[in-house]
Amino acid sequence: MKDARVIELDEVAIRFSGDSGDGMQLTGTLFSDASALFGNDISTFPDYPSEIRAPQGTVGGVSGFQVQFGMKEINTPGDLAHVLIAMNPAAVKANAKFMNPGGTIIYDSDTFNEKNLKKANFTTEDPFTECKLEDFFKIAVPITSLTKESLKDFGLDNKSILRSKNMFALGLVCWMFGRPMEYVEQYINTKFGKKPIVAESNIKVLHDGFNYGMTMQHMTPTYLVNPANIEKGTYRNINGNHATAWGFLAAAEKSGLELFLGSYPITPATDILAALSERKDLGVKTFQAEDEIAGIASAIGASFAGDLAITTTSGPGLALKGEAIGLAVMAELPLVIVNVQRGGPSTGLPTKTEQSDLMQALYGRNGESPVVVIAASTPSDCFWYAYVASKIALERMVPVILLTDGFLGNGSEPWRIPKMAELPAITPRMAKDANTFKAYKRDEKTLAREWAIPGMAGFEHRIGGLEKNITGTVSHDPENHQVNCEIREEKVQRVIDMVPELEVEGDDEGEVLVVGWGGTYGHLINAVRELRLDGKNVSLAHFNYIKPLPKNVADVFGNFKKIIVCELNLGQFASYLRDLLPQFKYHQYNKLKGLPFNVNEVKESITKLLEE
Amino acid sequence: MTELKYTVKDFKSENEVRWCAGCGDFAILNAVQRTMAGLGIPREKFAVVSGIGCSSRFPYYMETFGFHTIHGRAAAIASGVKAANPELSVWVITGDGDAMAIGGNHFIHLIRRNIDINLIIFNNKIYGLTKGQYSPTTDRGISTKTSPFGTVEDPFVPGQLVIGSRGTFFARSVDGNMKLSQSIFEESVKHKGTSVVEVLQNCVIFNNGIHAAITDPAHRADRQLILEHGKPMIFGAENNKGLVFEKGKLKVVIIGENSVTEDDILVHDATEQDPTLHMALINMQLPDMPVALGVIRSVPAFVYDVEMEAQIKEVQKKRKITCVDELLNSGNTWEVNENGNGNANT
Repeated sequence: MKDARVIELDEVAIRFSGDSGDGMQLTGTLFSDASALFGNDISTFPDYPSEIRAPQGTVGGVSGFQVQFGMKEINTPGDLAHVLIAMNPAAVKANAKFMNPGGTIIYDSDTFNEKNLKKANFTTEDPFTECKLEDFFKIAVPITSLTKESLKDFGLDNKSILRSKNMFALGLVCWMFGRPMEYVEQYINTKFGKKPIVAESNIKVLHDGFNYGMTMQHMTPTYLVNPANIEKGTYRNINGNHATAWGFLAAAEKSGLELFLGSYPITPATDILAALSERKDLGVKTFQAEDEIAGIASAIGASFAGDLAITTTSGPGLALKGEAIGLAVMAELPLVIVNVQRGGPSTGLPTKTEQSDLMQALYGRNGESPVVVIAASTPSDCFWYAYVASKIALERMVPVILLTDGFLGNGSEPWRIPKMAELPAITPRMAKDANTFKAYKRDEKTLAREWAIPGMAGFEHRIGGLEKNITGTVSHDPENHQVNCEIREEKVQRVIDMVPELEVEGDDEGEVLVVGWGGTYGHLINAVRELRLDGKNVSLAHFNYIKPLPKNVADVFGNFKKIIVCELNLGQFASYLRDLLPQFKYHQYNKLKGLPFNVNEVKESITKLLEE
Repeated sequence: MTELKYTVKDFKSENEVRWCAGCGDFAILNAVQRTMAGLGIPREKFAVVSGIGCSSRFPYYMETFGFHTIHGRAAAIASGVKAANPELSVWVITGDGDAMAIGGNHFIHLIRRNIDINLIIFNNKIYGLTKGQYSPTTDRGISTKTSPFGTVEDPFVPGQLVIGSRGTFFARSVDGNMKLSQSIFEESVKHKGTSVVEVLQNCVIFNNGIHAAITDPAHRADRQLILEHGKPMIFGAENNKGLVFEKGKLKVVIIGENSVTEDDILVHDATEQDPTLHMALINMQLPDMPVALGVIRSVPAFVYDVEMEAQIKEVQKKRKITCVDELLNSGNTWEVNENGNGNANT
């Protein structure tokens, strides 16, 4: 072993990349799970094209999956990858800019022929030089032919054999990083339980990949990444969309209500609909509607009938739901609207992440139409914020918009599994006394009305989208309309008593306060921590509650000389803060590339502000 | 349980009914209230949902649970109500603009899913609430405020959309015939699945007399064919006209002429799965043919809300996960112990 190169690292980012049909998402997921089981903290980032099968071999058709894992807390999938697995030349071209200088590139040399180089628009025969990757450690592995060799005795057709290429790559990477393969084997056996030949052949290729690495170790570096020191407990991997779905299941169980989801498939939110459709065992009713409008309309109907009602969508869908959200505002029904944000406007970048729907969530409706707006900040805390959104909606009789994004929805991380008993109670405002019931009679403290649902004898009443008086009867009285508009706004403001105070990570006072909201937490906290290690006077205030804001925001902001609001849009949260807290000056760092922040660019912008 | 004895009054809310004097809506409201009073269903189990338009003010006048929603969406909102609680008797009140234009998509998908909802479409072939623009059921060439030189488009025939959406129940009535409306509404409640009832309704202000050729008392016996399941399709002031099916078409014949006897006349079968004849009946129009009223189609089929609940029950019979705690701990999990090392759970 003396010739073997061993690189010991605290954290490693690895990117699997190939054609969108090459199985890179699965390979990446399996490797991530194996790493999490090994005891590393992880963070993942699938990066795939919106076409299911874009032309084979082209840069547009490249599908990537990046995972960072390490021996300490991992908050991001990593700015740049240390290791790239490239299944074709297009993958090299698409990922060159995401590589850590001096990193390792393992590529399937069988695919680096004239035809594929041309498809990837390379003009020379040396793609690595063309992409300025000369200084990288490049390992040519004839993955295609080795896979064929590995399976020659299985009697499989060529197409089936080639489908196992990704397992060869996975085996090789497992060897490089010292990952045990039991988990992957277990997965393959379960998935292909009914097709033993497929299971057997995949496992064979996996092992051959592993053994290839071992045999060729004099030319392949191995990486040693020790387990992370994380809080004890039972863990699982979870992505943001699953966490969101499960948060609603938890809220339904806790509140004693049936869960209803009305939704129309839209990237990247569809997985929430799929995850809840699987849960008939827990009695969930999922209604795949004919369009976005019917998605929310059916949910409003279910809410009227007494369910915990949810609708899920992404940006363009939220636009279509606007009028119906207004109905829920006017009727004062509990409803949660999830927006898994993506790049916009219009169809925009459906598979890419962005935070540009904040203003739409806050204001994108006709009339004075206030709703509660909250945002999740990591894949796993989508569970908590889905739960909280439901709690607020049910206890305050108000629509709540929960903002997540494509990065959170598809990204995953290990999650310490909570117990239902630990979660706070949810008490829906069910009406109790038919004699005194009035549809819009309000609780003095919260201004929430009571909920009486069809089937409750003696509570028959009418509600609707027209302005009304206390009984729900239509009213065009000018005074009444003004009072009601103010009440609906005030009702949302009073949710502030359910909002925890804003916390600062770092010092409570100092030079620069970095402000962020939603899905950028991981990158911002890393940037701030790294700057603090360099002795910089920087802290982070990250928002999950947008409307209403926590009550101590002005106190927090007032303790810093400079504030910089970092967000994946042109400055929507900054504008909102300027409107609500005009006494502070807000610097901005904005990015609109369909990609998450990377830690270095955030650090640079903060450093620049420190030096100004 | 004590027998429920309601009167029409029990279904009238205290809200003042604010349709124009002479509006056809009054009679329909009355027929619905009479129907509900006689069904033996507890009043709190009725949910009446509407969209936007003159007809959509309907829920405010009903002493039931009611929801006056937004334009075109009543069918989708009612779908959620019924799916959430299939024990409710859910009614949608809509108009030709609300259901055929802005709500067209929800209308056809409600019918396709066959959710057990009673939908009444008030068809006056005009936008009344916005004061007289042409609607999707306005006949070609008609002048309105927004078609001062006549429309250049053909109308929808609601029944055709129902058949095209694989509808299981379609009936037609006229506003003035409360007895017919009431009997149809009763049938529509009995039907399991989406029941669409088109009521030819007169807008006294913006389209007065639009159905007069059909409803005119002097001629209606000759111009209306009131269908009854199992009965021959006979009509006319002298009860001697009937329908036969000849060379792929319906044709009016006179009993007693050209050796036609009552036995030659078609017998109405609302339960026939093949919609061919139902479609032909829906398509009949003046002056050559009478207009078909009554229950034209009523066939059994899978019902969405029933199937949705049945599927849940079926899955739950074999379920391994019975609560959220079990779900959260299902699949691949691992324990992290004091020193931070992981051990896979199996």
